Amino acid sequence: MDEFSLDVWPRELVSLIGPNGAGKTTVFNAITGVHPLAGGAVHFDGRAISGLPPHRVAKLGIARTFQNIRLFKGLTVLDNLRAAMHQDSDYDLLRAAVRSRTWAATEASLETHAMALLQVFGLEGRAAELAGGLPYGEQRRLEIVRALATGPRLLLLDEPAAGMNPAETQRLMELIRSLIERFSLTVLLIEHDMRLVMGVSQRVVVLNYGREIAAGTPEEIAHNPAVIEAYLGEPHH
Amino acid sequence: MTKPSPWCYYLPHLLVGVVIVVELLKVNTFLPRLLNQYFIQIIVLVALNIMLAVSLNLINGVAGQFSIGHAGFMAIGAYVAAWFSVNHGQHWLAGCSGWRLEPLVTTVYLVALMLLGGLAAALGGLLVGLPSLRLRGDYLAIATLGFGEIIRVLLLSMDSVGGATGLRGIPIYSSLFVVFGATLAAVLVLHNLANSTHGRALLAIREDETAAEALGINCAHYKTSAFVIGAFFAGVAGCLYAHYMDAIHPADFDFMKSILLVLIVVLGGGNLWGVIIAAAVMTLLPEGLRQVKDVLHLKTDPRMVIYALLLIAVMLVGRERIADAMRARVWTPFFRGFVALRNRLLGSSAARRKGGDPAD
Repeated sequence: MDEFSLDVWPRELVSLIGPNGAGKTTVFNAITGVHPLAGGAVHFDGRAISGLPPHRVAKLGIARTFQNIRLFKGLTVLDNLRAAMHQDSDYDLLRAAVRSRTWAATEASLETHAMALLQVFGLEGRAAELAGGLPYGEQRRLEIVRALATGPRLLLLDEPAAGMNPAETQRLMELIRSLIERFSLTVLLIEHDMRLVMGVSQRVVVLNYGREIAAGTPEEIAHNPAVIEAYLGEPHH
Repeated sequence: MTKPSPWCYYLPHLLVGVVIVVELLKVNTFLPRLLNQYFIQIIVLVALNIMLAVSLNLINGVAGQFSIGHAGFMAIGAYVAAWFSVNHGQHWLAGCSGWRLEPLVTTVYLVALMLLGGLAAALGGLLVGLPSLRLRGDYLAIATLGFGEIIRVLLLSMDSVGGATGLRGIPIYSSLFVVFGATLAAVLVLHNLANSTHGRALLAIREDETAAEALGINCAHYKTSAFVIGAFFAGVAGCLYAHYMDAIHPADFDFMKSILLVLIVVLGGGNLWGVIIAAAVMTLLPEGLRQVKDVLHLKTDPRMVIYALLLIAVMLVGRERIADAMRARVWTPFFRGFVALRNRLLGSSAARRKGGDPAD
């Protein structure tokens, strides 16, 4: 990455596009603290977050999904969510060990919250199933729910439509739109499916070889000659 | 809505606790009359192996950190507690010998010793937990193996604890009551931990560390905690072992002991019930197989051959199936009944407050 700068405003949906190896996922890793920065800085909510370990970044309200789905495959769907709600439970080890009243009350509220989230995504029937056994599309959806379970303000989605058929992509598009409304989220999206990108984004940023080559509304990007040459190619029609 | 009094919530806990204590006290006097010393010792070893195995299960099974140095933690707990007992505690307790309340004093003192041994082992767990933050898989296994061996060699070369001849003359404080009680407590605590935020964080780390970290789980903290908690209970088991056997040797805590514990966890399928059954079977089996040689009039002891064949058979039959059956038949019904009792108590007190009929 070189000389790359990006500002995202609250409740905005910005897409990052570009050919493979352009550095899109690197941007995510830089934001979430997976890769240390060689230079430059990341600010969130007016606070410098570069250099923080990933779990601290997550606690500040930034959640992400992964390009290659990283669910807890051996745990149930419900436990995937409860594991993500880790910050919401304030009982200590001793209370857990003796199953105190605080433990019981917190566990009950975690489960209610998790089931409510699953219901939003139509996964409530799968709660007791192992996450690894879900069909591919549902695994992708579950990963988004799990990210939401941490209660983020900024959601980073890394190719959520990868491997989905057009109908599933259509549903995903509606889902992402409703998420922003319902959870007052800000979303940063990496995606190759241009219909999805053009359909949901307010702004699109195009990367190539680690540099920004264009930025603007979806409309502007679709007609930008540099973008067409580097990434989109000539329209088919 | 008025909240029901905390008594209603905790009453079933209390009742079950009292019943367990009373029953264990009965066992304490009843079993020694029924069985000879040899069988009692085997039963104690089964209980201690269960405690060791469920504590290792927290590290290996729940948190997914492959550790093969668990005997090292047990050794720390055993030696620290026994050393203290031989050099100090024995003289302190001498004053109350023959007193009517002596068993009570001894038991309280033993619990304090268990905490001492457990905390010393937990410190060892912290030492091993820290490198585990950078090591994974095979490398972590080698590091923990090295830790166990270092402890053993250190003990061999320390004259203050007897070196190779071992530490002798440890007062025998461990009773069946304390051994069973501690094992039960360890199993319950570790079971409860696995079903809490803490346990789910460990499970998440086992499944995918990168994803766990991205969800706000501090992997370094939790991995270390798994080692500390697991080592604590291993230390407690070591303390009980020392105060049951009257003499301990570095060879009691060698590599084979660690391997046996790993084997139990693997056979148990990482599931608490499976681990408990596996611990019992793996402790009883070698003893039972001693008879085979005499019965069949063999010249050599076929014990290890049969042992190995049985292990392979269990792996083939499916250890999960055995463990699942146990859970469905024993564990779940017990907890259902417990929760139903509590709900009834909570429900009836809430109804009484509203002036309704408690019988509904």
